[in-house]
Amino acid sequence: MTAAVEIDHLTVQFGLFTAVKDVSLQIRQGEFFSFLGPSGCGKTTILRAISGFQEPTQGTIRIGGQDMNGIGPNQRPTALIFQNLALFPLMTVAENIGYGLRVRGVPKAERDRKVGELLNLIALSDQGNKKIEELSGGQKQRVAIARALAVEPKVLLLDEPLSALDLKLRQHMRNELRAIQRRVGITFIYITHDQGEALTMSDRIAVMNRGKIEQIGNGRDVYEHPQTSFVASFVGENNGFSGTITKVSGDQAEIETSVGRLTGLNKKSLAVGAKATLFVRPELMRFGAQGENNLAGSAADAAYEGMTTHLTMKAPDGSSVVATLTGAPAREFPSEGSAVSFAFSTSDAIILPA
Amino acid sequence: MSSKTVMNVMLAFYMAIFFGFLFGPLIVMGISSFNTSTYPQVYPIEGLTLTWFEKLLNDRDMVYGMKNSLWIGMWVVLLSVPLGLAAAMMMSQIYSKARSFYYVIVVSPVLTPGVIIGISTVVFWRDLTTATNSKFLYDGVFLAVLGQSSFISAYCMLMFMSRLNRFDRAQEEAGLDLGASQTQVFFHILLPFLRPAIFSSAVLAFLSSFENYNTTTFAILADKTLTTVLAGRVRQGTTPAISALAVLIIAVTIVGAIIYELVKRREDRERQARLDAAHAAELRELESIEKATLHA
Amino acid sequence: MLSSTGHPFIFLLPVLAFVIFWVMAKFEPKPVGVTKKSFFERNGTPVAIYLIVAVAFWALFMIVLPQLFMVEMSFRPKLPPVEMGGPKDLYTFENYHYFIYGSTTSSDAINWVHIKAFFLTILASLLVALFNFALCYPLAYYMAQAARPARVRFLLLLLIAPYWVNEILRAFAFRIIFSSGGLINKMLLGAGFVDQPIDFIGNDIALYAGLGYAYMLMMIFSLYNAIETLDHAQIEAARDLGAPWWHIHSFIVIPFAKPGIASGCTLVFMLSAGSLAAPLVLGGPRSLWFTPILYDRFFQAFNWPQGAAYAFILLLACVSFVLLVLRLGRLSLGEIAK
Repeated sequence: MTAAVEIDHLTVQFGLFTAVKDVSLQIRQGEFFSFLGPSGCGKTTILRAISGFQEPTQGTIRIGGQDMNGIGPNQRPTALIFQNLALFPLMTVAENIGYGLRVRGVPKAERDRKVGELLNLIALSDQGNKKIEELSGGQKQRVAIARALAVEPKVLLLDEPLSALDLKLRQHMRNELRAIQRRVGITFIYITHDQGEALTMSDRIAVMNRGKIEQIGNGRDVYEHPQTSFVASFVGENNGFSGTITKVSGDQAEIETSVGRLTGLNKKSLAVGAKATLFVRPELMRFGAQGENNLAGSAADAAYEGMTTHLTMKAPDGSSVVATLTGAPAREFPSEGSAVSFAFSTSDAIILPA
Repeated sequence: MSSKTVMNVMLAFYMAIFFGFLFGPLIVMGISSFNTSTYPQVYPIEGLTLTWFEKLLNDRDMVYGMKNSLWIGMWVVLLSVPLGLAAAMMMSQIYSKARSFYYVIVVSPVLTPGVIIGISTVVFWRDLTTATNSKFLYDGVFLAVLGQSSFISAYCMLMFMSRLNRFDRAQEEAGLDLGASQTQVFFHILLPFLRPAIFSSAVLAFLSSFENYNTTTFAILADKTLTTVLAGRVRQGTTPAISALAVLIIAVTIVGAIIYELVKRREDRERQARLDAAHAAELRELESIEKATLHA
Repeated sequence: MLSSTGHPFIFLLPVLAFVIFWVMAKFEPKPVGVTKKSFFERNGTPVAIYLIVAVAFWALFMIVLPQLFMVEMSFRPKLPPVEMGGPKDLYTFENYHYFIYGSTTSSDAINWVHIKAFFLTILASLLVALFNFALCYPLAYYMAQAARPARVRFLLLLLIAPYWVNEILRAFAFRIIFSSGGLINKMLLGAGFVDQPIDFIGNDIALYAGLGYAYMLMMIFSLYNAIETLDHAQIEAARDLGAPWWHIHSFIVIPFAKPGIASGCTLVFMLSAGSLAAPLVLGGPRSLWFTPILYDRFFQAFNWPQGAAYAFILLLACVSFVLLVLRLGRLSLGEIAK
């Protein structure tokens, strides 16, 4: 099956600065695909390249098998949801949604019919005549989506659309977006720096850093099986211990760090002497029991967050180690400064190149 | 007395003198228009009358000049607003090294004395129309419109430039993204956004044209406008009919200003209502989300 | 002497300027990766054509070419229409000669009347500008920094109101007041300061007063706009540190407002120097103001080339003034155009 979007050795340079470095990937039809990364990593540039507002310095972009080189944004089968939504303030809700149809010369009756359908889809059936200024944040979001869907794009591109909303609304909109995508079946390409968003909404995620793709995979892959140190530390919280590999046996390895010798899974088959970092998720760190790896230090902080409690320990080399427990009462944590120890299993630790 | 009170007293004194100087002559003129004496004077008041207003409206030259001024004003608006808009749009797109040169040229009419603009317009078109055998173009109204528009377009351009600066380019991109051509973006998205600037530059253009004298007096050739008739009358001799004209103009502008203020207030109220509605919608939205999560 | 076939050549000048810039743009090294959409692509063809036609027509046919033609005419002799373009139509300095010497040929006498008028106009306009500055500065400062917003709006309205009245009428109002039977003379006679009414109009006092009055709005707006952007916290900080009010104004407000002061003074100067209505209405029979003299060259003497020469002299004076102000204040043109 032809991929919905194919990016082939895409490089985008601005003068001396390279925003996107030789990125290649394929996005499947009907997929909810996210680009996740810190600001400046190149995700916005890729989005603008796909939608036609940014010309690639090198490489090709194919949408539905067709090479997009030289095709302007108004002729591409894409629709973009801007970060500030860019709704037309002087037009009503219905006029906004129907704009794409209007410029394609769709006759008024047909246009009104389609706009009506979309208004129903976004549950704003009786709000067609309102001005944009009268809408709430969530309503504006939905209008932006309806406006994009009206032109029946092959790919819908979303540029951090939820970043301006407040927390509860944001979480609600995540579900809405996902539901709409499932109902309509269009390929969604979503960019964000919030990994919670990426994990809950996406079928697959591409983690980016400084113009390069670090890893592509679904939420589980990216969270539980990070392939690079960046992914391990960017997605979710993680404890990282840097050092040098001293022993390798099977799929495990031993690493000498500033807090002692630790063992973990060596999926990347690093050799002895290689510089590496061992990562253990805080929720896999155990407190109050012994294990295959033990860390001793002094109690630093116990942060109670309701569902979880984050216990922080200060290791002898000065670094902090965090263990996250669910449902455990904070009062069990010894007072600040007294001796504590954390433990973790070798199979819960991952060793990645430094 | 504290230094603050001294300052306040001095300020009040200064304002009194300032606004006295500013309004004094006009009040004098206004009063003189109602005074029966044939020579415009404020003191003594020999009697109150409206005859001067009557004489004014029967002054055929004045009426003709007024009609001409309105006609020219209309054409100036029709010419200056599109020129100003084009120049403003061009400003952001012109080759950057040429930009300051371009700016000097288009702003220069504002800084050039009006008489010079009038003279140069006449000289140029006289030569051009003789050389190209189009003498019919060498006409007072035509030249007055061109002469006035040369600097009035610059005013319009400056107004458009400041409005354009506040245009959200993302809207242009949104239009393109939805499939509009650049031309469609211009007409559907940019022009509606510029509507306030179009309106205010049209008003400015009309008023500037109507009251212009320096340029018009050269460019109008043998024809007349209200200002040239007025200048002629004033040179011939002074009568209170002229004061009457001033009073009329002031009255018309006050009425215009009041209407404008009322319209603006109504627009502001409507806008506030819309923002309030949005706020209410936000609250309702948050409420319904809370309710949904409680039942979930 | 050159024959004056300058017209086609004048048309070439702007074309040349355009070609130079176009070539420069073509050969400008482009930074890597930046896409340069062509002008026609960026605007769509119809709009692009509109932009080019409109700007070219305005810049060329309404601004540049008329000025060039006027300057060119100032170097031509006065000839009846039949003889124009003929053998007698040679480029000459005779019009400028007239300005200085009072005749196109002999250099015996100096044209004191016109020269005096010219310099008097320049000087008086300068003084008017300075007077307006001194008069308007306190109010502009008050409105920009000290007054509440509602009051500022009210004051603005109050300031704009007089200027809806035509400048001719405003000058006329001054004439009423300053005439021999007018208000001021009546007051002076009544209070016993003088025995006879003073001829304010004949000795130009009415004219200067009228000019001082005519362009106050320009000065106020320029100053107000400039002072308004000054962060009030700076003034408060200075006051906190114990600076007296004259110190604050001299060293903080005025340097900051330099562009506004420059633009206000420039505008008032040029409006005064080029003022026609006020001198015509308020000037006496022996008034020395340059612009009415210029007017006469056209409509009394019917000597257009001479009028063009005088106009060019006035233009040079204004341009020199602007450049002087820019240089003195170390400003750029963009800063003073409102």
